[in-house]
Amino acid sequence: MSGESKAIVAQGLSKRFQSFLAVDNLDLEIAKGEVVGFIGPNGAGKSTTLRMLCGLLRPSSGKAHVAGYDVEKDPEAVREHIGYMSQKFSLYNDLTVRENLRFFGGIYRVPKKEFAGRMNFAVSMAGLEGREDMLVHTLAGGWKQRLALGCAILHRPPILFLDEPTSGVEPEARRRFWDLIHDLASDGVTILVSTHYMDEAEYCNRIALINRGRLVAMGSPGELRLRDLGGKLVEIACSPLGAAVNALAGSVIEAAIFGDRLHAVLDPNGPDGEEIRKLLEEKGMNVGAIRMVSPSLEDVFVRLVSGGKEERVLS
Amino acid sequence: MLERLAVMLMKEFLELKRDRWAMFRLIVPLIVQMLVFGYAATFTVHHVATSVLDLDRSQASRSLISHFVATSRFDIVDYAQKQSEITHDIDTGRATIAIVIHAGFSRMLDKGAALQVIVDGTNSNTALIALGYLSQIVSGFSLEQSGASGIGISLQARPWFNEGLDDRWFFIPGVIGTLTLLQVVSLTAFAIVREREVGTLEQIMVSPIRPFEFILGKTVPFFLIGLGDILLVSAFGILWFHVSFMGNPWVMLAGASLFLLAALGIGLLLSTFSRTQQQAFSLNFFFVNPLFILSGFAFPIAAMPEFLRWFTYINPLRYFLIVLRAVFLKGVGFTVLWPELSALALLAFVALSLSVLRFRKSLD
Repeated sequence: MSGESKAIVAQGLSKRFQSFLAVDNLDLEIAKGEVVGFIGPNGAGKSTTLRMLCGLLRPSSGKAHVAGYDVEKDPEAVREHIGYMSQKFSLYNDLTVRENLRFFGGIYRVPKKEFAGRMNFAVSMAGLEGREDMLVHTLAGGWKQRLALGCAILHRPPILFLDEPTSGVEPEARRRFWDLIHDLASDGVTILVSTHYMDEAEYCNRIALINRGRLVAMGSPGELRLRDLGGKLVEIACSPLGAAVNALAGSVIEAAIFGDRLHAVLDPNGPDGEEIRKLLEEKGMNVGAIRMVSPSLEDVFVRLVSGGKEERVLS
Repeated sequence: MLERLAVMLMKEFLELKRDRWAMFRLIVPLIVQMLVFGYAATFTVHHVATSVLDLDRSQASRSLISHFVATSRFDIVDYAQKQSEITHDIDTGRATIAIVIHAGFSRMLDKGAALQVIVDGTNSNTALIALGYLSQIVSGFSLEQSGASGIGISLQARPWFNEGLDDRWFFIPGVIGTLTLLQVVSLTAFAIVREREVGTLEQIMVSPIRPFEFILGKTVPFFLIGLGDILLVSAFGILWFHVSFMGNPWVMLAGASLFLLAALGIGLLLSTFSRTQQQAFSLNFFFVNPLFILSGFAFPIAAMPEFLRWFTYINPLRYFLIVLRAVFLKGVGFTVLWPELSALALLAFVALSLSVLRFRKSLD
């Protein structure tokens, strides 16, 4: 047993698949009742970490405790205390809403006299009242996702692992889904949720940024924005963008294409905005407005992961 | 435990019920294959194309030829005039057998005449069987020629259990076992892999369900389907092909149940080695064909080389075919069949235990 107030603790957690190190020496501490966002590009190691914490994959090295139980030594005890939504949609498509709920309720041995109440809760939470007898494959994406969440919480787990629960769901449904997550959190459920939508990070108490299997930063969204950028952020309207990124290399901490503009982190000891304009114009580029912007988490992430060379897989 | 098993079973049956093609897939191929096997799988040889070259042109030679004409086993397609025509007939496949009666045949009859027979050995089985018929006809003929004076042993064959020596009676019980094996092994092998591919398996693995609850939940429905298959195909064999059923239905049920458990165990084991349906397909292909060939369905086990014979001992189909044929044709019961039934029980136990042990609730 580890710390009483910690729901999830990982120390030096690693997972190697043959020659590929999917998760590299990851440390994580999550308190009870926290909503923690696990953020990073595809292939960063988010799913692998979640699966290790659920006892679905064996760590190659390191330790993890979930709800106080060692995931390697006592995976069955862990399973009693967690709910999990895998990245793949994983309900039975050829069963109805009610049949799916009854199946998962039975697998988790939800007591008979409580079952009706919990099923009603799950149905109303998912907004599926009146659709209990519809086959799952006829439901739209957002409904399916909420039903999957409903199935994962039927047994009232104190800890929830959600692996990209909102991928492929339209924005309105995503927002509703996050409302549900916060409702659960306010009931004291600890939630570790992975996503590659940067905007969703803002909904979390804390976020863990992960890239190439490593934890690159962890903190509240506000903390990360202030702490990790290293300088002022300016938005530059100019063209051509690619050439501008190259031209700025060495003069600023960081330059990256952001939509149809350029975001650059100014080195406090380097050129300021006007000097940057000159520098670009000397190289024959058209430069429009240069203005200070407040950094988004995406800026922070880009800064942290690889000096801007990283592909823009985010958002 | 029973609660989890109950929801597993409920889920499996609901999925089966929703699958509109399930009934079709489970029944129609069985019936069609039963019909194909029942009519096509036969060793009997009829209407062998025969070419005759009679260089003797005597009464005896004509009489011998008339013996061939009289039977439906041989069709004389060509009365050749010279040796080269015979060669041509065999080369072109016009004739399978050529009979050459040399000049002087009738003169030599009482001293032991030679009859030359050329046979197309491409299909060794047909050739062998045709030669068998041929020698029967020839020995009948020589007995006739030697008359009362000759010494002859006449064979009084009394085949038991299948008096008409009907091949169908041999094949149909075998078909029941073989088709059930194919059906059950592939159904089970695919069932778990499909859940793995869809992603539902991961959701089940992360629950506190125990491996044997899951395995049992997957096994019971296919066990019942398998029993239904055996019943259906047996009824078809008995009612349509009129194969006799001499034995005790309970012996048959015991054999069928143990055989099904062993087949399910094999299917489950295959599924624990496959990540995708494609892998399951190739594994299935790799294992099921040898099971069929090494079962004694068509090829006698006694004639196999020793190292292959060893494999037949771990083949449930081998034992079930013995049980099926014994129950259908011989009518013997537990007192005779207990060794086969015990072997089936042991194989079932081993295969199912291995699959429970192999099924880890882990994605590694």
